[in-house]
Amino acid sequence: MTYTALAILGCVVVVALDLWAFRTRLVTRKVFWTAYAIIVFFQLLTNGVLTGLRIVRYNDDAIIGSSTPGTFGNAVNAPPPFFGDGRIAYAPIEDLFFGFALVTLTLVLWIWLGRRGVQRDPQSGPPLFPRRHRPSR
Amino acid sequence: MRYSYIGVLAFILVGTLWLEVLLRTRVLRRWRRLALSIVPVAVLFCLWDIYAIASGHWDFDIAQITGVYLPGDLPIDEVLFFVVVPLAGILALEGVRSAKRGRAGWEAGDEGDAS
Repeated sequence: MTYTALAILGCVVVVALDLWAFRTRLVTRKVFWTAYAIIVFFQLLTNGVLTGLRIVRYNDDAIIGSSTPGTFGNAVNAPPPFFGDGRIAYAPIEDLFFGFALVTLTLVLWIWLGRRGVQRDPQSGPPLFPRRHRPSR
Repeated sequence: MRYSYIGVLAFILVGTLWLEVLLRTRVLRRWRRLALSIVPVAVLFCLWDIYAIASGHWDFDIAQITGVYLPGDLPIDEVLFFVVVPLAGILALEGVRSAKRGRAGWEAGDEGDAS
């Protein structure tokens, strides 16, 4: 299977595990998507370094875009495109799906274990410097 | 640079471990739950990685990784990635929970009562 197919399959499997096997329902929760927005920002940053510096190089047989320049038969010697040709912040868009599957599966297990009573406590917070805020509603 | 990849991993650790102190995420002290969350996922993604390397989906610039390999031509840098990134993900989730602690609508599902 190509990386494209595997990465999408990985996401589908993880969402299915979240909703129907572990029943953690993280993908329905505001706290998950808020954390994920932060995570994906830093993924674009750090993965941009790994792929832009060509520490990790990709084969066009496996991804939507072209091979990383200078590898897998690509004769050009330059960084990959920052945006376009199947890439976002130098990285193949497949990496976004790969990262989602990796992080979300971990968080599903983490919450599932807590729900089953494995070190549910001590729970997180409060922050060292708590902000004053309105009562919850 | 032999430690370019490791440098990225160090950046991720430095960028998230402070949450344990300043937001009191208490993730590291729940190390048993942490290990049980990370290890199975890391094993699974190492297997994916070994398959992808064997199939020629991707490779690594030998000049920018440690050069230490596990069986399956798996760079140790990649194994560490599959530990560091999930740890950062858990710290991020628990960091948000700490900041939103006590507020309705921010439950993650393991609070212990109906959620």
